Order: sequence, then structure tokens, then C-alpha cells
Amino acid sequence: MRFVVERRLDPSRTASWTGVVLSVFLALFMGGIVFLAAGANPLKAYWVMASGAFGNFYNLSEVLVKTIPLIFCGLSVAISAKILLWNIGGEGQLAAGGIGSAAVALFLSPHLPSAFVLPTMIVMGFLAGGLWASIPGLLKAKMGVNEILTSLMLNYVAIYWLEHLYFGPWRDPIGMGFPGTAMFPESAWLPRFPQTRVHLGLAFCVLAALILQWIFTRTRWGYEIRVIGENPRAARLAGMNITRYILGVMLVSGGLAGLAGMAEVSGIHYRLQQGLTVGYGYVGIIVAWLSRLHPVGILFVAFFLAGLLVGGDQLQAVMHLPSSVGLVLEGTLLFFILGSDFLSRYRLKLEPKMQVPNSNETNPKSNDRITVI
Amino acid sequence: MDIQSLIFILSIAIQSSTAVLLATVGEIFTEKSGVLNLGVEGMMLMGALSGFAATYYSHNLFLGVLAAMVVGGMLALIHGFFTITLRANQVVCGLALAILGMGLSSFLGRSIIGRVAERVVPLPVCFLEEIPVFGPVLFNQSPFVYFSYLLVPSAWFFLYYSRPGLSLRAVGENPVAADTAGIPVIKIRYLWTMFGGMLAGLGGAYLSLAYTPGWKENMTSGQGWIAIAMVIFALWNPLRAIFGALLFGGVNALQFYFEARQFSLIPSYILRMLPYLFTIAILVVITRWETVRKRTGAPASLGLPFQREDHS
Repeated sequence: MRFVVERRLDPSRTASWTGVVLSVFLALFMGGIVFLAAGANPLKAYWVMASGAFGNFYNLSEVLVKTIPLIFCGLSVAISAKILLWNIGGEGQLAAGGIGSAAVALFLSPHLPSAFVLPTMIVMGFLAGGLWASIPGLLKAKMGVNEILTSLMLNYVAIYWLEHLYFGPWRDPIGMGFPGTAMFPESAWLPRFPQTRVHLGLAFCVLAALILQWIFTRTRWGYEIRVIGENPRAARLAGMNITRYILGVMLVSGGLAGLAGMAEVSGIHYRLQQGLTVGYGYVGIIVAWLSRLHPVGILFVAFFLAGLLVGGDQLQAVMHLPSSVGLVLEGTLLFFILGSDFLSRYRLKLEPKMQVPNSNETNPKSNDRITVI
Repeated sequence: MDIQSLIFILSIAIQSSTAVLLATVGEIFTEKSGVLNLGVEGMMLMGALSGFAATYYSHNLFLGVLAAMVVGGMLALIHGFFTITLRANQVVCGLALAILGMGLSSFLGRSIIGRVAERVVPLPVCFLEEIPVFGPVLFNQSPFVYFSYLLVPSAWFFLYYSRPGLSLRAVGENPVAADTAGIPVIKIRYLWTMFGGMLAGLGGAYLSLAYTPGWKENMTSGQGWIAIAMVIFALWNPLRAIFGALLFGGVNALQFYFEARQFSLIPSYILRMLPYLFTIAILVVITRWETVRKRTGAPASLGLPFQREDHS
């Protein structure tokens, strides 16, 4: 007997969902091994994480707080991936968006009617992130430079720039050496829901997801993006100006990540300071791929992954284990989900060893099975 | 600039290029076999951590280096299992590996931040070290650096002038033809993916045992990504990888020099951005050059999974 791998003609939905459930369990199992390696009881650790993230009202609201930037960053990765671009510069675009909107709050707000401050910050956050992402976009569209590497390199550049601003020229002059800018005027604060840190950004990111879903399924632009992503040759032959689409998509993609930065500075920190770039841009990649680039799916996946992050923070507070376990679990989960696609695309079968697989079989019954190995 | 400064800059240039060079050569082998592993940053970080941790607990530098290479190779094996056997998307798997390596190294390494362990010290080579300028620059370095002197030419020779090297390239260019010729495609891809991981781990160990001894979160600061960019710059040729790595090291050395001299014309935050901006510039230049010359060293089947049904 030996194993034979067969390709399914129609990806199996059952196998796909089995794969998701299996992946979650496998990821938790691997996480358990990591806990054991760190000398902790895995069951207790998971209990602390779960109750720490979803156990009471305030913790749950903290999960929502982290869901907001994750949704924006997930959407940012998803729209670029639809056109087969790999924008992994979300972290830098988030920083750029934070810088752009902080510039409005710090220097422009005295000259603006207070009702205009927040909208201007939103526009500037979007534009700053979008323009930052346009650099790899332009290099890719005009010269074919690998956008994975350029967008990632710009993360480091943006973060050094951000640090320079709040340590240097933008540092609060009366802050007694505190590494951060002055606090924004209240007109630049996103309103919060009572008794929580959940801010209006939540509504914006849900809206952004719905708009993106509408763009992908109902608009010509979204359709053309998908055509280019799925078959660039056909798109070129159909006379589409791919350069323009790449630039447009990168602008929107970076803009969405920039909005994550805007929401963080204007909804949480109220200033530029350390702790703005804590890896949401990278987790956004995981969010997008776990939800298979589906904008509405991103809402739920982002909530779940934010739960892992908050659970990790609680783990640090209660059991003194580093909070980065959240990132470990998320990375592992992504691996297993990617691997589990194999289950929905192929099936494993035991076959007698002597039988020589014949791939040119014309038996109509086996038309949907092609023997692979 | 006097001769001492020149020696200082050149010597630092070599030191700060070594980790990138090791990882670049490893990734060249991986990519030449048709597997794209974007997880170099994660493998380097885990290599740096395990190299330092093993040395710290065993007080044995050889064990440290060995641990770093084993861990790097194992992480690459995970990537290989998911991309070669399960045929998952290589780009996303590589990103997952990079993120996993960042998270895992930060989780496991928390307790040994700031500890001090044995370190690999520079080992002057007698006679050679006394050659003016070149001696102190090239031959008063750590054994890691000498290893890279040996590695690069042998890697180049192996790739282009040996039978196994030919098989390796065949698998990356045209796995179907290689398979027909009886070359074990899957086995070769696994082998060189793991080799790439081992060199990335070694590069990490160089950082934590010799270059900046000790463990610090995210201490590779993007060198794994820079190594991937240098693979493109090198057009997948180990010999050309020297130039890429040295240019990167040179930018780093200038940054050290300016900071040591309190050279205030260029602010320090711009200096710190330079290696990354420089990497982008180098990518632009090489992509332009490739377009003009209409040639590239990229293996034709890079990033594509191999399955026999494709040609049956």
C-alpha cells in the first residue's frame, strides 16, 4: 500500500472548513509546546489568555481597540494582493499616516474651525500613507522593481523618521524631556465610547471594509483589479493600462494603512510617541491571508487576532510571559492555514503498491481524478 | 582622511557585511533550486538567539554555532514542507516564517537579554596580517569572516562547475525536464532550502556571537530582508554577492565613522536610514540594468511548486 495524492477538480468546501478547524487546533498545540519550553502550564496559559481577552467588558473593549488598526492593515494588504502586489510596508505606511495626521493636529488645528480638524486629519493620514506606499508602487509600475523589498525597506525608514520627529523637532517643548510631541488639542481627538478606549475609528474601519467589498464585487474598477491579479496577460491584451491600476491600488492600500496610524494617534495616544509602531502592519498580512482576502471576513479575523494580542498582553501581566506569544500563535496559524489548502485542493488515498498509476486514463468515471505521485 | 581611518572604515565594512553575505549565499542556493524563502529575517533572528543561548548555557562556541545552523535549517525545513510538499504559496509562507521567527525569538529570548557569554574574537592570521593596509583589513577578523572568504568561491564553483550544482540549477530552471532526466527534484529542493536556512542561521550567530555580542530583540534589524535584495543584486551569482554585501557594509561603516567623528553635516537619523535607502537604490539600479541588458539570473521556475501531473 502507498499514499497517492489526487487533485480535486472542485476545491472541497468541507475539507476547507475542516482545514481551518484543524489549523486552529494544531496552532494551539504548537503554542502549547512553546509554553512548555518556557516552563509554563499551557492549559493555564491559554485560560489566562482567553479570560484576559474576552473575560469581562473592559478586556473585550480592549480587543476592539486593537481590532481597529488590524482591520485597516488587513484591508491594506488585501487590496494590494488582489492585483498581485505584495505590500508588506503596512508598518511604515501606518507611521506615515500617523505623522501626516499629527502634523494637522499640531500645526494646522489652531487655524481651522474645530469641526474641520478631524476630517482634515483623516484626509492627511490617508494621503500620507498612500504617498508613502506610492514610492514602491511607482518603482514597481514604471521600472518593475520588486515591491516586497522596497515596501519593507521603507518601514525602517519611516520608523526612523517618526522617532526623529518626536525625539527632535516635534518634541513637546514643555514636556520635560518626555519623548513625544505635545498633546493634541481636543478637537483632534476621535470621540470614544463611554468607559472604554474604543473610538470612532471602529465605525470607519467597518465602513472601509464594506466599501472595499462593494468595490470588489460591484464596481468596474474592482473587477478590473481582479482581472489584472488573476490574469495580467489577458488584462494587457484587453488594453488595460496596468501602470495606472498599480499606482491607484498602492495609493489606496497605503492610505488604508495610513488611516490605521491616524486612528491610533487620534483615538488612543493623542500625540506622537513611542508605541505607535508595534507590528500591526505585519499582523495585517496575517489578517488578510487568514480571511482569504475577503473584506468582510477581515472584520472577524482581525477581531480574533486582536484577541490573541490582548490575551498575550494579559499573559505578560499575570504570568510574566513575554506578550510576543500572540505573534507566535498568529504566525503558526498562518502556516497551518496555508498548508490546509492542500486538503481542499488534493485528497490522499491509499492504493495497492503494485498498481502503476496511469495518468492518461480515459475512464470517464475517473475524469475528475488525476493521479499525481 | 588618514590611513588609520581608512583601515578602520574598510575593516568595519567587512565586519558588517559578513552576516548579510552568509545569508545571501544561502538564499542564492535556495532560490537557484526554485524555492523562494522570504523568511530569511526570521531564520537569522532564531539563529542569533539559539547561537547565543547555546553558548551561554554550554560555554562552548562550537555548540552555539552548531545550534544556530541546526535551528536555521529546521525553520527552512518547515518552509520546505509547506511549500514543496504541501505546495502552499511560497511568498506568504516566507512572510509567515519571517513573522514567526520575529515572535518566537522575542518570546524565547526575553530571559537572556543583556546577558554576557563567550564571544568569537578576531583571529589574526600570522604573516598575512602584517601586509600594510590589506593585512589588518582582511586578515585581522573573526573566523566567521574567514569562513565567508572560503564559502563564496566554493559556492560559485559548486554552482557552475560541478555536477550536483548543475542538477541544482536544472531543478530551479526546469523541474519537469530535470525530473525526466532522473534528477530527484523534491529531494534537491529540500536539501538546498535547508542549506539556505543553515547559512542564514550562521549569519545570525555571527551577529550575536561576534559582531554585536549578546541577544537583543530584532537585533538583525532587517539584514535578512537586505540579504534577499542582495540576491537580486547579485543576479543569483555568489561571486557578485560579495560586491552587494561590501557595498552594504561600506554604507554601515561610513555611518559608524561619521558618528564616531561627530560629523554633523548629515544628521544621525538620516545616517541610520542609509542602509535601507541604499538597498532600494541598488534594487532600482539593478532592475534598470536588467531591463536594458534584457537578462536576469532569476531561475525560471522560482516560486513555482513542482508536481508531476503538470506534464503528464
